[in-house]
Amino acid sequence: MPTCCNEFSRSSLLRQAVAEAGAGLPAIEPGMPIPAGTGLDRRSFVLRSTGLALAVYGAGALRLPLFEEGVLEAAAAAPSQPVLVSVFLDGGVDSLSLLAPVSDPDYRRLRPKLALPDSVLAFTEDARLRWHPSAASLRTLHLEGKLTVFPTIGYTDADQSHFTSRHYWEVGATNPGLRTGWLGRYLDRAGRPDNPLQGLSLDGELAPPLATTRAPVAALRGADQYRFWAPGVWGEVEREMMETLAPLGNARGRGDRALAAIGHTSTQAARLRSQLAVFNGGSQPGNRFGSPVPYPEHRSSFPQRLAGLAAMLAAGLPLRCVALRAYGMYDTHADQPDALAQGLKLTGDTLLAFQRDIEARGLADRVLTLVWSEFGRRGEENGSDGTDHGAAGVALLMGTRVRGQMIGELPRLHDALDRDGNLKASVDYRSLYTSLLEQWFDFDAAGAIPNARKYRRLQLVK
Amino acid sequence: MPQTAARTPVYRGDFGPEQAERLLWRAGFGPRRGQAEALAKKGLDGAVKALTAPGRQRFIGPRPRDERGRPLAPRDAWGHDHLWWLDRMVRGNRPLMERMTLVWHDWFATSNEGVGSQNLMIRQNALFRRYWLGSFQQLLLAVTRDPAMLLWLSGTENSKWAPNENYARELMELFTLGAGRGYTERDVREQARALTGFRNSWKEGIGPYRFRFDRERHDVGMKRIFGRRGRFDWQDACRLCVRHKSHPSFFVRKLWGYFIPVAPPRATQKALERRYVAGRYAVRPIVSAILQHPLLYEGPRMVKPPIVYTAGLLRGAGRGIDTESWTWLCANAGQQLFFPPNVAGWNDDRWLDTATYLARWDIAGRVTRNETLDPGKVQAPFDADKLLDRALAFWGNPRLSPATRRVLLAYTRRALATANQNWKRRSYPALVENSLRHLIAVSPDLQTS
Repeated sequence: MPTCCNEFSRSSLLRQAVAEAGAGLPAIEPGMPIPAGTGLDRRSFVLRSTGLALAVYGAGALRLPLFEEGVLEAAAAAPSQPVLVSVFLDGGVDSLSLLAPVSDPDYRRLRPKLALPDSVLAFTEDARLRWHPSAASLRTLHLEGKLTVFPTIGYTDADQSHFTSRHYWEVGATNPGLRTGWLGRYLDRAGRPDNPLQGLSLDGELAPPLATTRAPVAALRGADQYRFWAPGVWGEVEREMMETLAPLGNARGRGDRALAAIGHTSTQAARLRSQLAVFNGGSQPGNRFGSPVPYPEHRSSFPQRLAGLAAMLAAGLPLRCVALRAYGMYDTHADQPDALAQGLKLTGDTLLAFQRDIEARGLADRVLTLVWSEFGRRGEENGSDGTDHGAAGVALLMGTRVRGQMIGELPRLHDALDRDGNLKASVDYRSLYTSLLEQWFDFDAAGAIPNARKYRRLQLVK
Repeated sequence: MPQTAARTPVYRGDFGPEQAERLLWRAGFGPRRGQAEALAKKGLDGAVKALTAPGRQRFIGPRPRDERGRPLAPRDAWGHDHLWWLDRMVRGNRPLMERMTLVWHDWFATSNEGVGSQNLMIRQNALFRRYWLGSFQQLLLAVTRDPAMLLWLSGTENSKWAPNENYARELMELFTLGAGRGYTERDVREQARALTGFRNSWKEGIGPYRFRFDRERHDVGMKRIFGRRGRFDWQDACRLCVRHKSHPSFFVRKLWGYFIPVAPPRATQKALERRYVAGRYAVRPIVSAILQHPLLYEGPRMVKPPIVYTAGLLRGAGRGIDTESWTWLCANAGQQLFFPPNVAGWNDDRWLDTATYLARWDIAGRVTRNETLDPGKVQAPFDADKLLDRALAFWGNPRLSPATRRVLLAYTRRALATANQNWKRRSYPALVENSLRHLIAVSPDLQTS
């Protein structure tokens, strides 16, 4: 029996298909929104100044080589630019397990099998709550004042389709027809016409929150981006072969322009290859990004994506909005204890490592990380060691500049649940978005969030 | 005009396989196995004649196909237009005809990005092939009314009610005279008026079709172009450009640049201009003279355009089109056929950078990949010289300079020296041979000609 729901896997597949086709969505059920950014053209591009292979979206009429200069110019301003990292917990994380109301009399009634023990990891801001045992790293961040918790965030009349609710979060409005992401609209207004790194998806395909109409944004194409693959060659022979690229290119000197071009280029290419070997995996295991702190070692790419992100920021690349999926499958209809523990553990440990990393690199005051999920889960567990789709869920805001005080509340479960048995939202997610845009990016939220004035502003940044 | 006035220097040195090989690269897509030796036997004059006046069109080798063995659909399937033409370059026996078709594709650079029809692009391609060494004036007239060009540079949007200068400007700036060489903004506007009258129909599901000249849309009024007055039409517009005093020098210089990377000596330039005019704008004599010029054989090397590089590797390896990968591989290297970057064509000075270098590496690897030696099955000799010779044979024995040979041999010895165990001594020679094939293909000797 699959542990996640059919709709969930289908919507993942659809998104995959959309990203790969780059245009159009296969016929899906009526009423499902089309993912933001679906209509953007996509072109592949190697950013020579960085050696990153990117898929650039929304390049429009701009010729790709022009991005070289745009990125370099933007990089000149980068050291002072704020950065927002969006980390998505895919599937709807169970907020009542992440922060479990262990002393609430209704908790054990609703969760007879899944309830967590009450001894572990106290949540200092609310004595009734305990962190999930696998969320010790998040607790550490919280104790240090670097994590703001939104225990019940969402919107009224929550849609319980993964696809639709996620779309609402991505576009920053409960509007199925909106085709641009909330950060994409920010970049359209405040971004540059020539710097695709300003909106960078780290999962290899456009993250819908970054979908723009005009401003170019990019997705890293994959792990091996500047890699010289030699068929039928490996080991020591391959190593020697790569060492030969530059001497070979220069074998005939640089006596005329063509020979100079090949000599120069092969020298550059060989140098770039070795510089980027860290980004390109391959034979060197271990610390590929020169990270000053250890990241969790895991087959998932999530730790290395954040490690790479820290390295890119340290290298001065002009990133502004970054989006990626966290490790884990949070659509825990069955077998929740294991799945959730694994996801939370690696995600939390990686986020802590990332925070430590940017602190050690002196970048921490420039970076905020938003962790979100499309909804929470049903208060009452189901019959298969799992929980079904709910309404309000949890969000986290991480960084040295956050205020670190809980926003919203988790009332007694008796009062916290709606008629369907789902958590009611104490904070609207658009309050979070508008406040972030204004306080972090110093940007008038009305330019990115429909009806921005309607939403109460939250004090997020100190 | 007396013949003596139009004489240009002719290469008098040895015409051996080395010279024949360069000629085949510059005037085509490199030699097939043994072809340089065969061409050298004809002598320079015979070799150039063999290229400019080739025999009946033939295609040698297996027909092109996609990964699943299906025939190409060049008018319909994305990228198959590129494969279709690449196949002609690889298998055709008229290399200069394909090369001149490429020259005209670059000269009158039309991109399917703006045309949106592989069918019309291939139709334009046939036009270039038909006029390959014929009259430039005839070619220009044909291009001016070519449907793909009419779409690309707004020819069918240019009417007497709403003149559009797009084609008029490029006609002079890029196709016949050169920027700022003897025409004014007023000439651009007046030329645009002369060029009015083309139109096309459009139908859902078919797209643009029925391209034609419609007298109703043509501005029949008086125009003043290059200081001359007349009721000029589109044919006059073309002829006025070709007969403009700036045209022969533009034509000769531009055409020369496709074959030889340094400017022609002044006397040669002048002689070629005279021959061009005296020959009523025939291209063949000019190309023949360029192909016999000493600078082609004694002058500096040229970086091969990506498509020439790719076609040449396939010819050398005796391989046909059996994968669709060539389209994106060549695009990565900077040259997808039918998609020049803009109306000025590809920039021949900027083929190489770190990204396109990697793409060329991948192109070479895509050729070697199908036939890599498996060290478990093949026993390659533990001998640097033999390994290099074997690897060269993979590419049809291209000539290597002594310097490149030295670097490759030094590499081979280093790589073999890493075999410090018996199993490595058995298996590494095959790996080294694989790697040598790849390295030869990215050496300066094969990336330039």
